[in-house]
Amino acid sequence: MKTHILKKFFAILGIAITLSLSALPVHSQSDERTLSTAQEWVKGIEVPGLGYRSWVTGIQPPVEEVEEVKGIDAYVDKIMTPINAVIYNAVFFSVPFFGSDLKLVVAWLVVGAVFCTIYFGLINFRGFVQALRLVRGDYSNPNDQGEVSHFQALATALSGTVGVGNIGAVPVLIILGGPGAVFWMIIAGLLGMSSKFCECTLGVKYRNENPDGSVSGGPMYTLKKGLAELGKPRLGRILAIFFSITVVLGCLGAGNMFQANQAYVQFVNITGGADSFLAGKGWLFGLVFAVVVAIVIIGGIKSIAKVTEKVVPMMAILYLIGALIVLAVNFDRIPAAFGSIFANAFTPGGVTGGFIGVLILGFQRAAFSNEAGIGSAAIAHSAVRTKEPVTEGLVSLLEPFIDTVVICTITALVILTTVYGDPSVAHLTGVGLTSEAMMRTVSWFPTPLSIAVVLFAFSTMISWSYYGLKGWTYCFGESKAADISFKMIFCLFVIIGCSIPLTSVLDFSDAMIFAMAIPNILGIYFLAPIVKKEMNSYFARVKSGEIVNYRKLNASKN
Amino acid sequence: MSKLIMVGVDGSEPGVRAAELAAEEASASGAKLSIVYVIEWSPYSFNTPEENEQRHKRREEEIDAANTKILEPLVENLSGSGIEVEGLVFHGHPAKTLNSVAKEKQASRIFIGRTGGSGISQLLFGSVASNLVQTAKVPVTVVP
Repeated sequence: MKTHILKKFFAILGIAITLSLSALPVHSQSDERTLSTAQEWVKGIEVPGLGYRSWVTGIQPPVEEVEEVKGIDAYVDKIMTPINAVIYNAVFFSVPFFGSDLKLVVAWLVVGAVFCTIYFGLINFRGFVQALRLVRGDYSNPNDQGEVSHFQALATALSGTVGVGNIGAVPVLIILGGPGAVFWMIIAGLLGMSSKFCECTLGVKYRNENPDGSVSGGPMYTLKKGLAELGKPRLGRILAIFFSITVVLGCLGAGNMFQANQAYVQFVNITGGADSFLAGKGWLFGLVFAVVVAIVIIGGIKSIAKVTEKVVPMMAILYLIGALIVLAVNFDRIPAAFGSIFANAFTPGGVTGGFIGVLILGFQRAAFSNEAGIGSAAIAHSAVRTKEPVTEGLVSLLEPFIDTVVICTITALVILTTVYGDPSVAHLTGVGLTSEAMMRTVSWFPTPLSIAVVLFAFSTMISWSYYGLKGWTYCFGESKAADISFKMIFCLFVIIGCSIPLTSVLDFSDAMIFAMAIPNILGIYFLAPIVKKEMNSYFARVKSGEIVNYRKLNASKN
Repeated sequence: MSKLIMVGVDGSEPGVRAAELAAEEASASGAKLSIVYVIEWSPYSFNTPEENEQRHKRREEEIDAANTKILEPLVENLSGSGIEVEGLVFHGHPAKTLNSVAKEKQASRIFIGRTGGSGISQLLFGSVASNLVQTAKVPVTVVP
C-alpha cells in the first residue's frame, strides 16, 4: 500500500520536474546580467585543488605566515611530503570519467548511499515522518525523562556537520559547477540520508556499555563486534583499527587545525582585518582558543559548554533567518534561481565535463558537507541510551536533510538571487562571497556572519574532539591517562593550527577523513541485512502499537 | 480509594514549611502524602557529545542525591506523625511535571513553597509556584 503511494508520488514528481524543465528557458536569469556560463563569470578565480579544505574555503586558506617558524614548517613539510604523495593520492585517486575527474572515494560514498536507499526501500522518504515524531518526543517514555533525548542526539551530531562549509563551500560549488551543481548536491543529500540511517543504527546496535553506565560506540565497535558475529573477527579487527587511526588523524587536522585556523581568520576579519590587533598573532589567538577548548573538554567546566550549546544553534538559526530575509527581499528572483538550478543540472553551459562534471561536483559537495558514509555521526549517536537502535538511525537521517538539503540550498539561493553573475564580485569566493551577497541586502550582516563562522568552527571542533577521543581510546584502552593525553594533544593542535600553516599536515588529514569511509561503508555492506531485519521489526511493532506512541496515548486520555 | 495530597519541594526552607503544612493537612483529613522533587531538565537543550555519553550516569547520580539529601530526611521526619508518606523524584519542567504527576496520582491538593527569588530572573521566567497557580487543575496552596 505504502509503496504504491510512493510510486505515484515519484511518478508525479518526475512529471512535474520534466514539465518545469521544458517550460523554463535555459537562461532564465533576470535583467542586465549575462549569465551565459558559469565559467565566464568566474574568469580569474583560482580553481581550488583537491580535498576538503580547499572545498570549504574555495581557495587555499589564507593561513597566516609566521616568519620565525618557517623552519619548522619546512621541516614538517619535508617529512610529510613523501608520505602525502602516497596516501593523499591513494585516497583521492581520480579516474577520468566522461571528460571529468571522478574521485573514487566520492564514487564509493555515492554508491554506498544509493545501495542503502534501494536496499532499505527508500528509507530516506519512508522514515522521514517517523523521524520527526521521534524528535518531537512522541515515543519517549515519560519514565525515561532525564536521559538523552532524540532531539539532543540530533542536535549534537548536527553541530559536528553544520559548519564553515555550509556557508563557505556552497559559493565555491556554484562558481565551479554553475547552478546545476546545486541540483545534484540536493540529490546526493537525499541519498546520504539512507547511508546515515544505516551507519547510525549499527553504531547503537554494536556499542559497548561500560560498567559505569557510560557508552562507547561507533564504526570501530560496529566493525569489531558485527563482523565477529558474521564469523570474520580478524577482518573486523583490522578494519576497526584502520578506522580508529583514520578518525584520530582526521580529527586533528580537518576537525581541529583547519577549524581553528578558519576561526582565527574570521576573528581577524571582525576585529578590523589587516589593522586588527590580532593580525599576525595567530599563536596568541590559538593559545586563547586552546584554553577555551581545554576548559570545555578537559576541565568539564559546564558554564562555557552551556553558553556555546545555547549560542551555536542560535547562530545557525540566525544565519537561516538572515538568509531568509535576503531571499524575501529578492523573492522575485527565486523562481529564476530554481529555474537555473534545474535547467543547468542537465544542460550546464561551459562547465568542464558537461553534465557528468556538474553531477560529480554536486555529489562531492554533499559528501564533504554532511559526512554521510564517513562514520563520524555514528560515534555521536552511539552515546544515546535507547532500546531501539533503529530510532537513532531514523533520527540521524534528518542530518543530511537539514545540513545539505536545507542549509546548503538556502546558501545557494542567496548567492543565485543576489551576486551570481555579477562581474564586480568575481574576485570573491568562499565565505567572502556569501558575506558580500548578504551585505547587498542588509549592510551589517557580514559581522554576525563572521561571528557565526567562529562559533560553527568551535562547535565542530568540540564534536570532532569527541570522535577523535573515541578512536584514540579504542586503540589505547579507556583510561583516565589515555583520555587526558588525547585531549592535551588536541589542544596543542589548536595552537599549531592557528599559528603554523602546515599545509601538508592538513592535506594528509583531509585524506584521513575520507579514508574513514572505506571501512565504514564496507561494514555497511556486510551488516545491512541485520539493519534491515531490525528496521522491519521496528516498523511492524510501531504499526501494531507494541511500541507506544505516548503523545497519542495522552491525547486519548484527555 | 484514599485521598492524596501532594507537595512540591526544592530543598529550600519554604519547601520544607510547605511539606510540614501539607503533612498537617494530610493527617487531619486522613490522606496520603506524596513529596515530589523535580530536577529541572529539558529534552530540547543542547549537549556536547561527552555530556550525552555521561548522561545516564549523571541522571542516576542526580536522582540518588535528591533522594538522600532532600526526600529521605523529609519523609523520615514527617512519617513520625502517623501518616503515610512517599518521596518521588522526576526530571522535567518543574511546574508541568508537578501538574502531570498530580493528575496521574489524582491528588486533591498541591502544596508548594514560594521561593524567594527576585529581580530579573523572576521577572523573565516567573516562579514555579506562580506557574503552578496559573495551570493547576486542583487547589494550590503556596507557602511563604
